[in-house]
Amino acid sequence: MNGPQDLGGMDGFGPVEPEPNEPVFHDDWEKRAFALTLAMGMPGGWNIDQSRFARENRSPAEYWSMSYYQIWFAALERMLKERALVTDDEVVAGHSLHKPKPVPRVLSPGDVLKVLHRGGPTERPTNTKPAFKPGNAVRAKNINPPTHTRLPRYVRGHVGTVDRVIGFHVFPDSNATGAGENPQWLYTVRFEGRELWGPDGDPTSQVSVDAWESYLTPAD
Amino acid sequence: MANDHHHHDHDHSELSDTQLRVRALETVLTEKGYVDPAALDLLIETYEKKVGPRNGARVVARAWANPAYRARLLKDATPAIGELGYAGRQGEHIVAVENTPTLHNMVVCTLCSCYPWPVLGLPPVWYKSAPYRSRAVADPRGVLKDFGVTLPASTKIRVWDSTSEIRYLVVPMRPAGTDGWTEERLADLVTRDSMIGTGLPKSPKDLA
Amino acid sequence: MQLRTRALQTILTEKGYIEQAAIDELIETYEKKIGPRNGAQVVAKAWTDPKFRKWLFEDGTAAIGSLGFGGRSGNHLVALENTPHVHNMVVCTLCSCYPWAVLGLPPLWYKSAPYRSRTVADPRGVLRDFGVALPKDTEIRVWDSTAELRYMVVPMRPAGTDGWTEDKLVELVTRDSMIGTGFAKSPKDLR
Repeated sequence: MNGPQDLGGMDGFGPVEPEPNEPVFHDDWEKRAFALTLAMGMPGGWNIDQSRFARENRSPAEYWSMSYYQIWFAALERMLKERALVTDDEVVAGHSLHKPKPVPRVLSPGDVLKVLHRGGPTERPTNTKPAFKPGNAVRAKNINPPTHTRLPRYVRGHVGTVDRVIGFHVFPDSNATGAGENPQWLYTVRFEGRELWGPDGDPTSQVSVDAWESYLTPAD
Repeated sequence: MANDHHHHDHDHSELSDTQLRVRALETVLTEKGYVDPAALDLLIETYEKKVGPRNGARVVARAWANPAYRARLLKDATPAIGELGYAGRQGEHIVAVENTPTLHNMVVCTLCSCYPWPVLGLPPVWYKSAPYRSRAVADPRGVLKDFGVTLPASTKIRVWDSTSEIRYLVVPMRPAGTDGWTEERLADLVTRDSMIGTGLPKSPKDLA
Repeated sequence: MQLRTRALQTILTEKGYIEQAAIDELIETYEKKIGPRNGAQVVAKAWTDPKFRKWLFEDGTAAIGSLGFGGRSGNHLVALENTPHVHNMVVCTLCSCYPWAVLGLPPLWYKSAPYRSRTVADPRGVLRDFGVALPKDTEIRVWDSTAELRYMVVPMRPAGTDGWTEDKLVELVTRDSMIGTGFAKSPKDLR
């Protein structure tokens, strides 16, 4: 979606302000929100692309005024309610009021390190060949899906060079809607700063994105 | 995105409201048997205490001290990093990018907060906030200035926007005056920001 | 906000930068005097006077000026003709540009993010929000007011109004029909 998360190139947010000696978590509730989100991944049955969409799919006013873990938590609540794992009255009551639904798996303490170590690799096997190779000129398509995409607005329509063929990876645009992994060839595409930001742009800068094949058309 | 300044300026009642909601949801999910509180505690402990930038510093230090390792790291970082035991969530596909005298690398995730957890731990608030996410791709030199870093005008800057599950780790240049240093000592020079690309490693005198 | 605006007004008046009476006159002008009735008169005349209609579409500023309307946010006016095949909509995605001289000050929805963001991308969806459905093959032209040109839409004349005087026709011309988010009223709506 062309939403508030697509921040590349936006003005008005002011300087970057690092916090010296920043703690990993600023509050106890942040720790819990973090852990609940990770732990509910398995029982919740959602994939990472769905969870990203749940975070970004809100009004800009909300997104830009909420802290990072407030957004995580709001997205967690939304995904739980969407799947009827938790209801509004239970959230208000702070207690389970209805029988739990059966879930595929619950994360046990003994599994935590193993599960974290395994992670969620997204590379998938294929017999197909990539359409592009390093050095090819490609143009990022002008797609504007209302649903989740990982092609930022600031590169759409622009011409870049394929830097690398990364591999065959799960396609988030499809995975986020529940339409399946539909993996595609994934490329690192490099754009000149001036291509993106105009002739007054920094001539020494280049920006790359990782783009799936369906984001790209040949530009040679 | 509210960064930490907003966080402290918020109405206290709003924050304690969030606190209550989080606590309430944890109670509900625990009562339903969807989550195990001991697993939650372990998740928190792992990322608060165990996994952090020291991991990445050891990777960089090894690359500085050991040319064969460096070559492996730059060719295929995931298994090379795995040699040190660092792997898994948000680091399943890592690419190491090296800084040179003519090229400086910076990593950002404009769309959210993608970051190489196994080597750097969880990202700092500034990395996940709108100022960095919006400006790193448009004005990397300006962002570096915010960090007190000035590069020669001729240095090329390459910004990597982490739009997929590939995670990027910057390998900064080895500081002068460190010949013969052990990997442990070299690791002390490698700052987290130098591995994101918003800083440079410490020099020996910074440690003195 | 009440306190802050009052405080600033006091300061500026005390410094002699502004005169209270001028402030009051400005408010009175845009609250009571200049409004969509001006534009409705333009449209009613275009419906009844073919020469005026032609002039209006060739040189909106001059034709509208001949009726005594112009000036601030009306120095460069363009009239847009709705037909059975073409429907026009006006927006200012970047702020709130609006033809004050003929429509008065813009309504809140015109200046707000939902309208400004969606009209250029999904005009039919926006029209649905206004309860307006157009035939599938009607061309929708959206005019983004990015310069000092100000646009007003001339809606189609409703059926059943033959022989109506301009004064009576004026009653049918709604503000939204001159922005493009509505149609003119029909005679039965007046009863």
